[in-house]
Amino acid sequence: MDFISQPWAWYVAGPIIAFIMFLLYFFGERFGVSSNLETFCSIGGAGKFVDYFKIDWKQNSWNLIFVAGAIAGGFIASQWLSPSDVVALNPQTVQDLADIGIQNAGSTYLPDEIFSIDTMLTFKGFFILLIAGIMVGFGARWAGGCTSGHAIVGLSNLELPSLISVIGFFIGGLVMTWLILPLLF
Amino acid sequence: MSKAEIISWYRIYEMFKFQSFHMYGIIGSAIMIGMVSMLLFRKKVVKTFEGQEIHVTPKKKGLYRNLLGGILFGLGWALAGACPGPMFVLVGKGVVSILVVIFGATLGTFFYGALKDKLPH
Repeated sequence: MDFISQPWAWYVAGPIIAFIMFLLYFFGERFGVSSNLETFCSIGGAGKFVDYFKIDWKQNSWNLIFVAGAIAGGFIASQWLSPSDVVALNPQTVQDLADIGIQNAGSTYLPDEIFSIDTMLTFKGFFILLIAGIMVGFGARWAGGCTSGHAIVGLSNLELPSLISVIGFFIGGLVMTWLILPLLF
Repeated sequence: MSKAEIISWYRIYEMFKFQSFHMYGIIGSAIMIGMVSMLLFRKKVVKTFEGQEIHVTPKKKGLYRNLLGGILFGLGWALAGACPGPMFVLVGKGVVSILVVIFGATLGTFFYGALKDKLPH
């Protein structure tokens, strides 16, 4: 049981992700999470306004089950399999975060400065969460995939569009982390 | 994803600061093994359980689409500290505020659908 309750090392998690992807293809499905957001739009009736969403979303039911599984997995892992919420960060990271106004980095999975209920209920906090989401959703569809579809499936499949997208992910991520985040808090 | 702390905002921050090998190891090892499975699919060594050949749909080509979409996604990824998969794991963990991010992501997807024809691909 010790193995399960300890945080998993990268060489455990990476192969598990690859195995999940293998299973999905083996069962004739695809691996990609962000397309579910499109499905949400279709279910919500977006097809009435925009033709792009007029799709038969029931074809994507496996991906929706993946999402349900992810929610269930998050619940199980946090309820029963994680005695501690501490993330063992590089001390330099903790220091850097303190310098830009994020305290107690690593004491839980998420910074209160972004994710606490109190922050969510402020105008700025709500706006940050919403904008972050919009950028993820818009960007993923524009690029045609997210981390799972481009970085993992696309790069595994040696696809140039995915390499370009992943380079884009990094340009955006580096700009946010190094230039924009320090201005936000 | 929860167990390997991939859902932690800090792990994403750390990755973009190049201060830890953790995320690179996870994504890198997944890709390495992924390459082997893709090769097995392509060589038809592995078929689906129903015996059909596995074709991985190629990604759409287009420099603007991939680069600009990628950059926008990256900005959101680093800010939210979560890409679409981990967002749902965080729901299971009971993080209420992530629902705002998911709502935003759905809205973003809708905006893309609405503006698609006006964007460079």
